[in-house]
This record gives sequence, structure tokens and C-alpha cells, in this order.
Amino acid sequence: MPIKVINTPDFVSGLLFLAAGISGIALGSSYAVGNAMRMGPGYFPLILGGALTLLGLVVLVRCLKLGVTEEDNLLASFRWRPALFVVLSVVVFGLLAQELGLLLATVVMTLVSGLARTEIHFPELLGLSVGLAAFGVAVFSFGLGLTLPILPVV
Amino acid sequence: MEDLVSHLAVGVDAAVTWQNLLYCFVGVLLGTLVGVLPGLGPVATIAMLLPVTYGLPPVSALIMLSGIYYGAQYGGSTAAILVNLPGESSSVVTCLDGHALAKKGRAGAALGIAAIGSFFAGTVSTLVVAAAAVPLAAFALKFGPAEYFSLMLLGLIAAVVLAQGDVLKAIAMTLLGLLLGLVGVDVNSGDERFTFGIPELAEGISFVVISMGIFGIGEIIANLERDHHRTQIVERVGSVLPTREDYRRAWKPVVRGSALGSIMGVLPGGGAMLSSFASYMLEKRLSKHPEEFGKGAIEGVAGPESANNAGAQTSFIPLLVMGLPSNAVMALMIGAMMIHGIVPGPQVMTERPDLFWGVIVSMWIGNILLLLLNLPLVGIWVRLLSIPYRILYPAILLFCCIGVFSVNNSLFDVLLAVGFGLLGYLFIKLRCEPAPLLLGFVLGPLMEENLRRAMLLSRGDPTVFFTRPISASLLIFAVLLLALLALPHFRSTRKVAFAED
Repeated sequence: MPIKVINTPDFVSGLLFLAAGISGIALGSSYAVGNAMRMGPGYFPLILGGALTLLGLVVLVRCLKLGVTEEDNLLASFRWRPALFVVLSVVVFGLLAQELGLLLATVVMTLVSGLARTEIHFPELLGLSVGLAAFGVAVFSFGLGLTLPILPVV
Repeated sequence: MEDLVSHLAVGVDAAVTWQNLLYCFVGVLLGTLVGVLPGLGPVATIAMLLPVTYGLPPVSALIMLSGIYYGAQYGGSTAAILVNLPGESSSVVTCLDGHALAKKGRAGAALGIAAIGSFFAGTVSTLVVAAAAVPLAAFALKFGPAEYFSLMLLGLIAAVVLAQGDVLKAIAMTLLGLLLGLVGVDVNSGDERFTFGIPELAEGISFVVISMGIFGIGEIIANLERDHHRTQIVERVGSVLPTREDYRRAWKPVVRGSALGSIMGVLPGGGAMLSSFASYMLEKRLSKHPEEFGKGAIEGVAGPESANNAGAQTSFIPLLVMGLPSNAVMALMIGAMMIHGIVPGPQVMTERPDLFWGVIVSMWIGNILLLLLNLPLVGIWVRLLSIPYRILYPAILLFCCIGVFSVNNSLFDVLLAVGFGLLGYLFIKLRCEPAPLLLGFVLGPLMEENLRRAMLLSRGDPTVFFTRPISASLLIFAVLLLALLALPHFRSTRKVAFAED
């Protein structure tokens, strides 16, 4: 059995389902289970967790039986740059919006999100961030009455 | 018949106000926009706009949100025909013949037939929804908790069987969604479940957060790593008025597509995409010159485009009549109704007739608006198609940020959405279709509630699901659907139908 099978989409999804199923069972059994007539809060999670565990196992076994093809290399298919900067831009927006206001938070968010691509054209990105900030304030603050502050809160 | 007219009159009263006409227009305009733009679908758009509709009256909110869904079907065809990119999953088959026609210099005719066919289908399916609603709701009132549980089980199974991709993984994703739906305080016991002591999770995970994370942020990350060189945009659109020969060849596919779409839309997991696939296969089989398909047969545009629009509209039937979502968009619509304090179910029709019939009538008005938006103004959409993704995705991200933030103004929600965004990216990499997860997420608490009630009423006897006739028939139907998967012929058709994705 080749080691590479671990690095396939199917195998990892099987593991993911297995892990979710087992945590469902573990957490579910820590709540009152009750009986079939008066189900406690743990009853339904236990059923779901059990089924999910079973399916996870089936997916894993099927994976071992079917083997791998060349294009199944999961790890190599990830691109870290877009994921990192897209996530960062959203987090930054969340951190800044309350204090710095919508206008500045949008500018920073757009700039950070622009780094997700390898070819960066800064003048265009700057223009886009200003444009989006103006658009966001016009539509959401003035148009739809969003409660976020527009300018920095002093 | 008289009833139908008086019902529609109630709907006209509710839908034809300046305010609601405006929201209907905004909805179909946004729908066309997201349909045209690849990389942004109606699920993410509706999720983003949900929090914004807090302040609107419920009728206006639902009219606008439903406009986005069926409007996206029109817009999707424009992108498919002109740039060979399905703006919407339901337009995948339109690419085949629509773009072939465009390359022959007949883009206008293809757009015209698509819009006119969609309009015809929209009119038919609006009437189907209106006519089917009353008898179905009367039937649904006979449903007890056992029937509801079986119906939801059938819905989830059908969604898995009829959807694309690996069945085992789709079932697992549904179960994962059901589990996620249980996060928060259990209504019966008051105990917290899966909250890890985090107070923000006590009310459960907001579906805005989950759908925006998976369908918004996750989708963007995945899109960014693909190459975004645009294929050549067709410069010359030509007249959008089809020739007499086009009409002669297209009218039958339009009628058949409308009928097929109206039926398939009602099926759980069906909706727009499945309808368009089915119609394409049907037209190819019935055609006298099947060899023209794929090389610019107008029938291959007319049928599927009519079918996807009809399917998009009739998929509102299970939602409006029984309060059950048949696909991810409808799951969000349930959320929208709940935001406004309306519990979806058969009682909506009697308790809020203005809302119920208003939404139905608005669909027809929306179709007229769409015809006007798409035919004379097609030039604007063509230009929109040339916006590069590097400009588009920061704008989509901004909408996601504001959408998530405006649910509770909480940083926790933003972080949770980011977490689900990464999870969504992982799902795409693992080739796990995320739509069943969202469906399970919405149905989770409802299923548990009905299971508990049914078992309490039967004093713990699980045979209740098989001894009550309606419940038993629903379960038999579910088993039959699963059995379909075992048939080699169905499996191969299913594979072929979704191969183009």
C-alpha cells in the first residue's frame, strides 16, 4: 500500500468525516441521552455522529481499495498566498471597523486583499481601495443605514 | 379557477406598490449582475444581503431576495453565450450551443431566444406555483411530526442523489451540516451543545456567517488560484431579435423545457441546474438533427434556458407551501423568513396571504423587468463581463465583511466566517460539494424537533414512521431514490450529466 494515498482528497475527506463523527459521539455522549420516547439533548447528535463515523470509515476503506492517480496530489494543490491574504484582509477589517470607521477599514482591507495575487499593480490597487471605500460608505452608510462609524472614533 | 383569480388579486395588491416594484427591480438587477459575473453566485449574494433586509417589511425583503435567484438565471445565460463561462451552474449547458452560435456571429439571436424562452417559462411556472399552492398546502396540513421528519429525510436523500459529485461524500457533508445545525442551546432541555463554553455560540451559528464563509470567502480563495485570463469576448452581438426560422425551431423546446423545469424544480435538490441538464438531453434526443447540437443548435439554448428559469421558480413551491428548502438558496430564504418572524410552513398562506401571493405575483413582474433589462440593455452586461477578477474580488470581500459584521456587530462572527472560509476552501480541494452541508445545517434543528415529537407521540415506538401512510410513502420514495443509484444505467447518465462541470 503506497504512502501517497494519505495525500489524496478522498483520504483526507474520510479522515475529516471520521474526526467530526467521533467528536460528535464524544460530545454527544457527554449530554443527557434520554430514551427513544423522551430524547435528551445527546440522542440526535449520537445518531448523527455514529452515521458520520461510519461513512468516514467507508470513504477511507474505498480509498485504500481504489488507490491513487497522479493528479490526486492534495498537498501540492494548495496555494497558500491567496488563502493567507484573503483571510488576513477580512480579519483586519473586523479589527479596524469599530474604531477606525468604515472608510479607512475598507481602504486597508482592499490593500491587504490585493496582496493575494502575485502580480500587484499598486496605483490601480490604491485607486480601487479609495473607490470601494467611497462606494461602501455611499451604499451601506447613507443608503442602507449601516450602524458602523464612517470616520475614526476619537 | 375563481379562487386562483382572487388569490392572484391579493398578490397584485401586495406586489404592485411603488416600494415593492422598486425592490423587485433591485432584486432582478442584482440577480442579473451576479449571474453575469462568474465567481459570484446567488447563494453568496443572498447571504450578503440578508442582514441588510432586517429593516425592510417582510414582503419587500422576500420579493427582492427571490428576484436575485431567478434573475441570476437570466444573467447566467449572457455570460455563457458571450464568453463561454457559465456565470451560474445552471448555465453550464447553455455554453455548448450558445457560445457556438455566438462564434457564428449569432450571439444576439441566442441571447434573444434565451430571454424570450425564460420569460415564457417564468410565466408558466408562476401560474404553476399559484395553482399548486392551495391543494398542496391543504395536503401539508395533514402532516404530523412523523411525516415532516420523513419528508425532510426524503429531501436530504433526493438532494444527494440528484446532485453532482460523489454520493458518499455528499451524504457525509449533509450529516456534518446537520451536526453543525445543532450547535447552541437545545430548546427542549436548555442545555448548551457543542458551544465549548463560548457565549457567542449559545444562539447557534448564524447561517449568514456559515454561507458567507463557505460560499463567499472560500470561493474567492479558490478562484484566485485559478488563472483568470478571459476568453475572447464576442464583439459583435448582432440583432437580439431572433428570426422567424429561430422561432419555428425553438418554440417546442421552450414549451417542453418549461414543463420539464416546472416539474423538476419541485424535487428536493432539483431546481435550476438539474432542469437545464435534463432539458438539453431531452432536446438532443428528440431533435431531427442531433448532430447540430454542440455546434450551434438554437434548440440547445431555448430548451435548457427555459427549463432553468422554470425550475428556479417552482423550487419555491416546497418552501412556500411546506417550509422546506429544496436547495441552498431556498435554505437561505427560510432564514430570511425567520429573521422577519415568519415561521415557514403551510400556515403562511392563510396567515400572511399578502406575503404569500405577493411573492408569487412579483415573480411574474420580475420576469417582465428581466426581459426589459436583458434584451435592450444587453450591451451594458457585455461591458460588465470585461471587468477583470482582480477588481471584482476585493469588492465581493467588502460585501462579505459588511454582511457578516452587520449581523451582530461582533468580531467573533467575522473570525467564525473566516474559519468557515478556510473550511470552504478545504472542501473545494477535497472535492466535497458544500451545498448539502448548508441544506443539512438549516434542516438539522427542524429534523431533531420533529423526530423528538414523533417519538414522544408514539411513546418511543419507531415503527410510527412506517405505519402512518403518508410517512411510509415518503420513506419508500426515499429508498427508491437510493436504489436508483445502484442501477448501472442511472449511474452512467448521472456521471455524463455532471461531467461538464
